[in-house]
Amino acid sequence: MPRKIIHQAVTERLEILDRDGRVDKALLPDLSNDQLLTLYRMMIQMRKLDEKALNLQRQGRMGTYASLRGQEACQAGMALALEPQDWLVPSFREHGIMMLRGIPAHLVYAFWKGDERGDLFPEGVNCLPPSIPVGSQLIHAAGVGMALKLRQAAAVAVGFAGDGASSEGDFHEALNFAGVFQAQTVFLIQNNQWAISVPFKRQTAAESIAQKAHAYGIQGIQVDGNDVLAVYAAAKEAADRARSGGGPTLIEALTYRMENHTTADDAIRYRPAEELQFWRERDPIDRMRKFLVSRKLWNDKKEAALAEEAAAAIEAEVERLEAMPAPSPVEMFETMYAQMPWNLQEQRDEMAKEVGR
Amino acid sequence: MTRQQAAASQQERSLRAVESPAERLTMVQAINQALKEEMERDEAVLVLGEDVGKDGGVFRVTEGLLDAFGPERVMDTPLAESGIVGFSIGLAAAGFRPVAEIQFMGFLYPALNQLFAHAARMRNRSRGRTNLPMVVRMPYGGGIHPPEHHSESYEALLVNTPGLKVVVPSTPYDAKGLLASAIRDEDPVVFLEPKRIYRAFREEVPSEPYTVPIGKAKVVKSGTDLTIIAYGSMVRQALEAHDALAHDGVSAEVVDLRTLSPVDAGTIIESVTKTGRAVVVHEAPRTGGFGAEIVALINERALLHLKAPVERVAGYDVVFPYALLENHYLPNRERVVAAAKRALEF
Ligand SMILES: Cc1ncc(C[n+]2csc(CCOP(=O)(O)OP(=O)(O)O)c2C)c(N)n1
Ligand SMILES: [Mg+2]
Repeated sequence: MPRKIIHQAVTERLEILDRDGRVDKALLPDLSNDQLLTLYRMMIQMRKLDEKALNLQRQGRMGTYASLRGQEACQAGMALALEPQDWLVPSFREHGIMMLRGIPAHLVYAFWKGDERGDLFPEGVNCLPPSIPVGSQLIHAAGVGMALKLRQAAAVAVGFAGDGASSEGDFHEALNFAGVFQAQTVFLIQNNQWAISVPFKRQTAAESIAQKAHAYGIQGIQVDGNDVLAVYAAAKEAADRARSGGGPTLIEALTYRMENHTTADDAIRYRPAEELQFWRERDPIDRMRKFLVSRKLWNDKKEAALAEEAAAAIEAEVERLEAMPAPSPVEMFETMYAQMPWNLQEQRDEMAKEVGR
Repeated sequence: MTRQQAAASQQERSLRAVESPAERLTMVQAINQALKEEMERDEAVLVLGEDVGKDGGVFRVTEGLLDAFGPERVMDTPLAESGIVGFSIGLAAAGFRPVAEIQFMGFLYPALNQLFAHAARMRNRSRGRTNLPMVVRMPYGGGIHPPEHHSESYEALLVNTPGLKVVVPSTPYDAKGLLASAIRDEDPVVFLEPKRIYRAFREEVPSEPYTVPIGKAKVVKSGTDLTIIAYGSMVRQALEAHDALAHDGVSAEVVDLRTLSPVDAGTIIESVTKTGRAVVVHEAPRTGGFGAEIVALINERALLHLKAPVERVAGYDVVFPYALLENHYLPNRERVVAAAKRALEF
C-alpha cells in the first residue's frame, strides 16, 4: 500500500510579443498582415471608446463607468479568435469586445448612462447582457456551451470575468460543470490584479488562476494579457478545441487595470503609483505598434489616419446616444413577463397617469 | 405619544444632553464611530468584508479601522459573499463577534444559503448551545443613480427568515446606537444601511458609546389624523409628506420602525388605534413586501379602530430600474401624500 503520486500538473504561460515589440518567431500565430493590422485597429477602437466614456462621465453626460484601459489586448485577441456564431457571456468590463462583436458604442454608453435600452442588442449578436454580480455569469457560459454541444453547433461560448471573480463559488461551479459535461466553453479571466482595492494575492494562495483548471480536469493556460498575439494564440487554440468537441479551457490573461475600478473609485488610496508606471511601460497598444512598425506595416501617417477615423466613429456614436429620446417610465413594466399580470397592469396605468403618457 | 414612548425619547434626549462631547456626524461617520468604539470595548469584535481594510469600504464606513486595529481584526476578504458570511458563522461559533460587510445588498444573494440555512438556525439547531453573535451590515436601497444591482431592498426576505433580527436606522444617531446594540446582541443581526442618506444630513451624535434598543420603533412626529409608518430612507419621504399634510391642516403621526424583526407591534398598534388611518411606506416592491406584514398586523390588532383601509406606498413590482428611471420608481412625498388623502377621504 504505497503512497504514490496520483496527479501532477504543469501550468504554462504564453508570451509572444515583448514590451519592445519583438516577437518569438517560433510562437508567432499564423496571421496575415491584414489580421495583424486588425488586431491593432481593434485595440485603438477600444481605447477611443474608453477614453470617450471617461470623458462623458466627467462631463456628467454618463453615469458611473468601468474603464477597460490596459485590457485591450485581452479583448482584441479573443475577438479575432471568434466566429460570428460564437457567444459572449460578459461581465461589466467587456464592452470593448462587445463593440467589436457588433454592439454599437452608443448602446454601450446608454448602458453606462443608466438606460436599459443599452442592453437591447442588434439581432444576430450572440451576447448576454453584461453581468454585474461578480462571477455569476460564468456558469451561464457553461450552460450556453452545453447548449451548443447538444445542438452540435460548431460554436463556442466565452465566459468573461476578473481575478476577483475566481473567489466566488460560481467560478468553481462553472469550471466544474463545464468539465463534467465537456461544454463548448472558454473562460477568459482577465487578471488585472485588482478587485477594487483588493490585490490578487488576497484572492488566492495559489500562484495563478490558470492552474485551477487542473482541479476541474479541464485545460488551463496563462497568457501575457498585454500581448495581443499571445491572447489570440491561446484563444484560437481553445475556441477551436471547444468547437470541435475537445472540451473547455480556462485562459488567464495576466494584465493590469490602468484606471480606477470605476469612476466612483479612487485607486490612489490603495495602490502604489510605481505599479502604474511599471504597467504603462507594458502597454498592449504600444508594443503592437512597435511590432507593426518593425514589419513595415505601420507608420505615423497611418497612425494619424486611424486615430482620426476611430475618433470620428465614436463621435458619431455619441451623437446617436444623445439623440435617443428619454426612456419612458412605463418601460419598466413592459419587459418583466411575456404576459403582463394584473398587478403590473395596474401599476403601469398608475405610472402612465403620473407622467402623463 | 404614549407614556412609555415619551419616557424613551426623554431618555434618549437626556442621553444626548448629558454626554456632552457630541459632534455633528453623517450616518457614515456615526456607523464608523460605532464600529471603532465596539472594537475598543471588546476584542472579540472583528470586521471583515470586501474592501473594508485599506480602502476603508467603498462608502468609507470602515475608514481608519485597519490602521487602528490591524489586519487580524480588520480583514479584507476574498471576493465571495458566501465566504464572508460562512466564515463569520465559524468565527462567531468559536467565540468572536464578527461584523461582516456585504458591499451592496444586491450582492447578498450568494450568501443567502449561509445566512438562511446556518446563521438563522444555529442556535435552534444546537438546541440553544451555539449562538452566533454576528452582524451582517450592508448598504441597501435606491437613490444614488448607480449601475444595476446597487439599489435593491430585499428586507422582506430577511424578515421572513426566523432566527434573524433585521435593523434599519434612518438617522446618524440611531445608526450608531442600533449598531452598538446589534454588535452586543447574542443573535445574528442584519443591519441595513440606507445608502441614499449615508451623507444626506448631519446630526448630533454623542462621542461616547451608547445603545438604541433593537425592537423599538420611534414616533418621530406625533399627530392625530393618520399614521405614516416608514423605515430607512423612506422616513425622509414620510416626514416631507407630514409637512405637506400639515400645510393642508392634516395632523400626521410618523413612526420610524427602526427594527423590522422583531417589529415593534405595540407602537404601531397604539398609534393606529389613536389615528384610525395608516399609510405604510417602503421602497421595496409592493407585492409580498414588509408593508403587507404591517397591514396584516394592524388588521389583526386594530381592525375596529380603522376608519379606512391601510394604504401601501411602495416600489413597483418590477426589477429596480437603471439610474435614468429610478426617481420614477422610488416612492416620494407626492405618492405618500396621495395615499394619505385616499385614507382621509375614504
Ligand atoms: C457578487 C458581487 N460582489 C461584489 C460586487 C462589487 N464589485 C463590483 S466589481 C468588484 C471587483 C471585481 O474584481 P474582479 O473580479 O477582479 O474584476 P475587475 O473589476 O478587476 O474587472 C466588486 C467587489 C459585485 N459586483 N458583485
Ligand atoms: Mg480584477
